[in-house]
Amino acid sequence: MSEHKSYHLTHLEQLEAESIYVMREVAAQFERPALLFSGGKDSIIMVRLAQKAFWPAKLPFPLVHVDTGHNFDETIEFRDRLAKEVGSELIIGSVQAEIDAGRAKEETGPNPSRNRLQIPALLNTIEQHRFDACLGGARRDEEKARAKERFFSHRDSFGQWDPKNQRPELWNLFNGRMDFGENFRIFPISNWTEMDVWQYIKMEDIPLPSIYFSHSREFVRRDGVLLGRCEHITLLDGEKWESANVRCRTVGDVTCTGMVESVANNVDDIIEEVAAARQTERGGRADDKRGETAMEDRKKEGYF
Amino acid sequence: MSTETKGYLDMDLLRFTTAGSVDDGKSTLIGRLLYDSKSIFEDQWDAVEQSSKQRGDENVNLALLTDGLRAEREQGITIDVAYRYCATPKRKFIVADTPGHIQYTRNMVTGASTANLAIILIDARNGVIEQTCRHSFIANLLQIQHIIVCVNKMDLVDWSEDRFNEIVADYKEFASRLEVPHIDFIPVSALLGDNVVERSANMDWYQGSPLLYTLETMYIGNEHNHVDARFPVQWVIRPHSDEWHDFRGYAGRVAGGVFKPGDEVTVMPSGFQSRIKGIHDIHGDVPEAFAPMSVTVTLEDEIDISRGNMIVKQNNPPQSSQQVEAMICWFSPEANLQERGRYTLRHTTNEVKCLVKELKYKMDINTLHKLKDDREVRLNDIARVSLQTSAPLHFDRYRRNRATGSFILIDEQTNNTVAAGMIVG
Repeated sequence: MSEHKSYHLTHLEQLEAESIYVMREVAAQFERPALLFSGGKDSIIMVRLAQKAFWPAKLPFPLVHVDTGHNFDETIEFRDRLAKEVGSELIIGSVQAEIDAGRAKEETGPNPSRNRLQIPALLNTIEQHRFDACLGGARRDEEKARAKERFFSHRDSFGQWDPKNQRPELWNLFNGRMDFGENFRIFPISNWTEMDVWQYIKMEDIPLPSIYFSHSREFVRRDGVLLGRCEHITLLDGEKWESANVRCRTVGDVTCTGMVESVANNVDDIIEEVAAARQTERGGRADDKRGETAMEDRKKEGYF
Repeated sequence: MSTETKGYLDMDLLRFTTAGSVDDGKSTLIGRLLYDSKSIFEDQWDAVEQSSKQRGDENVNLALLTDGLRAEREQGITIDVAYRYCATPKRKFIVADTPGHIQYTRNMVTGASTANLAIILIDARNGVIEQTCRHSFIANLLQIQHIIVCVNKMDLVDWSEDRFNEIVADYKEFASRLEVPHIDFIPVSALLGDNVVERSANMDWYQGSPLLYTLETMYIGNEHNHVDARFPVQWVIRPHSDEWHDFRGYAGRVAGGVFKPGDEVTVMPSGFQSRIKGIHDIHGDVPEAFAPMSVTVTLEDEIDISRGNMIVKQNNPPQSSQQVEAMICWFSPEANLQERGRYTLRHTTNEVKCLVKELKYKMDINTLHKLKDDREVRLNDIARVSLQTSAPLHFDRYRRNRATGSFILIDEQTNNTVAAGMIVG
């Protein structure tokens, strides 16, 4: 940390201090917290912030990954390596298992998304492990329904979010009280933007999966979104596989994560690119394009 | 908005809240600020353009940029506090956007609790109205040090300098009863963009800066107390590992003052004394810690410290008492404040039970009169109360320190946060 003769913190230092404070509140106020880990950049910085919050002790909670079975290979390798480095238990909730058990039904069509199917897998994992608080890396700048989220987001015993009846959050006083069977979703990086995340990755020199950086890949253009070639996507009439240098701005299910054409292969170049970007990072997410309030509807059902 | 790669390590952060009554054009102002500062992306713009067309709006409805939930879009209202973000190369902004109608006080108090600055909107046609006074009173109650009064819809009063000056004079007269140190006035048209980001070509009589420039350059260096050293312990770190066998660190966020290794400290409430051995983060030792840093502190002596305790400097203790005088804002739509009622009180990292000993008076926040006969404290009411707590609180007056002078009340039946409190003494 730099010198602070004037007792001044930069925006990144203030955001970091706030997120660390929230994580420690979670450890103190809940009995069985867990950190939802997707392998994306936001959950990677969440792990870094948690390490900082509890250093030199290990994280006082496990990492939980809701595995859609439609992942980028790079993300899974990265996830396993990071969990090992951090020394945390890794719990995997499987969408495939939900489908096999008949609790979830696979979508059909040219790019069937398993995004929504994460909801039952997540809720089951929470119930099975009796987690009372799940830390997530969602940010308010990502999407308009998320702009109204709290740091401590109360969920009823069905995992549902009631946006009209949220607890007010004042100063830095967080109220994590609840009844049996209820739980909380906690969003420590609520106040970060995509730019803040990249600047922090640069400042802290945090390693990321290779798909965030420019690489050559085959893809198809569909509804303005570039979808990477994989076994789950079938070409429609008039579509063809193309090849170019691309990278991901967000990382989710392979069937809905759009790529951008980019030659940015290091964090500095990505920061330049983000600064000049004229599309939100979720602009390439096919799952958000399913209607004006697609995110709000998924959240009410128990999505992150 | 172009944030250059270089220089971001020096950027600072300004949190502000916006207040205005219904139809003052608050959402439009924020939409304009985001749009003109290029914080709106093409896909967001396309979505709003399309929605505006569907709704039959004449122009692109900038308010739709900020109204996210289904009910809000359907009813054309804003339900809750929403947070927006924008940045210039100099500064990052966090905007607490609070709606102007139902539950207004509750939402504005919430938004103001973390804000450095409040923007108060006045419709140039209506001038200073009851709600303007209410918003200013709340900003003052929450100890916001800067207010920017935006006189909006100047296009509808023919860009009149006289009208602007009249409103400024009215506001100043009212504000003389408050204690806000810095107040600026800016004539704007949020709809047309005058004096929001770009200087207005229609009001060359206005010599001041546009809104964004004012926000960018406002001095905000004195927001935290750097005098009275306060460290509420959040969590005790004991690694139980071979490498860190004897490590016992106290994790928390500095709530006031400056701590350095070697400082002589007292732990409240036990009164045990020790010296700071080290201040640590993952990168190593930190030479000093001040608000609002999150750090881990070790002490020279092994003493029993747990969450809810407060480490302070020996020569400058906080007040400690089981009797607390406070202003509260009532938040619950379900139940009114119960005189002689019992609640859970959360203050810093500490939690105690409390009894409402006496309701002193209710505030009429439109007239600033004290109401002693009305004993019903309902949703959105502000009142002065005396509380008795089950264990001593270690606090400073809210005016001296927002972090150690604030608390919330929780209803034990519903677990809901039912009040926000500011300690008077």
